[in-house]
Amino acid sequence: MLNFIRLFRLISGINLHRLHTNFIHTTMASCRRPEHQAPPEVFYDDTEARKYTSNSRMIEIQMTMADRAIELLALPEDKPCFVLDVGCGSGLSGEALTEHGHFWIGMDISKPMLGIAEEREVEGDLFVGDMGEGVFFRPGTFDGVISISALQWLCNADKKTHNPPKRLYRFFSTLYGTMRRGSRAVFQFYPENSHQLELITSQAMRAGFSGGVVVDFPNSTRAKKMFLCLFAGLLNPQLPTGLGTGQGPQGSDQVAYSGQRQRFRNLKGKPLKKSRDWIKEKKERRRRQGKGDFKADSKYSGRKRSKKF
Amino acid sequence: MRVTALRRMKLLTHNMLTSHVKGVKNGYPLKIEVNEMKIREVDFNPEFISRMIPRLEWKALYEAAQSLDVVGNLSPEVVKDYENDEDFLKEAHRVLMEVEVIKGFLICPESGRKFPIENGIPNMLLNEGEVGDAGPSQSGTSQDDDSMQ
Ligand SMILES: C[S@@+](CC[C@H](N)C(=O)[O-])C[C@H]1O[C@@H](n2cnc3c(N)ncnc32)[C@H](O)[C@@H]1O
Repeated sequence: MLNFIRLFRLISGINLHRLHTNFIHTTMASCRRPEHQAPPEVFYDDTEARKYTSNSRMIEIQMTMADRAIELLALPEDKPCFVLDVGCGSGLSGEALTEHGHFWIGMDISKPMLGIAEEREVEGDLFVGDMGEGVFFRPGTFDGVISISALQWLCNADKKTHNPPKRLYRFFSTLYGTMRRGSRAVFQFYPENSHQLELITSQAMRAGFSGGVVVDFPNSTRAKKMFLCLFAGLLNPQLPTGLGTGQGPQGSDQVAYSGQRQRFRNLKGKPLKKSRDWIKEKKERRRRQGKGDFKADSKYSGRKRSKKF
Repeated sequence: MRVTALRRMKLLTHNMLTSHVKGVKNGYPLKIEVNEMKIREVDFNPEFISRMIPRLEWKALYEAAQSLDVVGNLSPEVVKDYENDEDFLKEAHRVLMEVEVIKGFLICPESGRKFPIENGIPNMLLNEGEVGDAGPSQSGTSQDDDSMQ
């Protein structure tokens, strides 16, 4: 595991220590993070769910983050799209999607939260589901995925059988399959520390996503917000810029990962795909299996071809 | 006075959902067992419906419509030039967006596992032991490769 993190750091080329800032993410009643108090289906009971209709400040904050996440999704402006809202809760982010003319499906593990969504008469279809069990729709269903204040819940093991890295991986890899090529998933989330951030991003990359974290208002403890922006099937995406950073696209307030899953395969002791070693190994394997006749390795094996080809 | 018009599971959602019970190879399409359903008028958005047509499994939609007895004039097949065929799109819209299942079950075609629908909300939660391995098994990642075993 340690190796994993070290390598990840190398790849991102960014010192994640500065992300050790305290994230403001506590409930009003207590100073502890909700994820530490109870499993989500227990924490989001009727009382907690009710706040999402009655606490106007909370509603305002969630809506603002949803609007920003939708902006980061960069859906085609004039086309009605089909979007998945993960941890949709009472449907606030869904309402923001409806306002933008899009259609959506919301999933959440808490029935009381979904009950509130029904009561609010949101437009989207809803279903009860645990993102850690995976997301199961036909390939290429969604034009985009949005998730507000939910992802950090996956970092906790709420049952003996829960293994957070596995649950994260299952979530991201199945999610990837449901998304259209070139579409994005944007998660506003509250990682507890740099370790969690690394865990989340590394599992997302392993599942095939590229992307990174956009930090809005990094210098303000109150306004600071983090958005994990993932791209399905895009090799060199341009990460959007954080708000209030005064930075251009490659500013220091984004953590950019171009490392594809191939790089992460290294962690499992296998050569990088398409690397020289990988090609060699594959040829070797094929030879052993007696398949095809391969050119002997040359000094050109595994090198990038020049443009001329 | 406010009349609560609760939202229900649409056939559009049904057409996209698959079963994910551990070990199931072909969890699509889920069968529908209906105890209560409703037809509710929804604004017709021809552009959205047109955009969704290529993503649908039309056969599954048609069969779902048959099993709910709401076929009406739904075309058994996707017609050519559907974007400009308002009658076709309107029927697709009616079946996809206006038919709502309130109470019943979604049933995995392979394992027979029943997922209850209550108040129009399917409960897709699995029991321990039903959760599959984390994996790329999802057929459609359309990743070219053998890269994750
Ligand atoms: C802070 S609320 C945010 C709700 C909504 N997105 C909003 O912005 O108003 C977090 C939501 O994540 C949901 N959640 C937590 N863990 C989950 C999981 N494993 N699967 C699905 N939903 C989950 C909770 O039930 C809760 O509704």
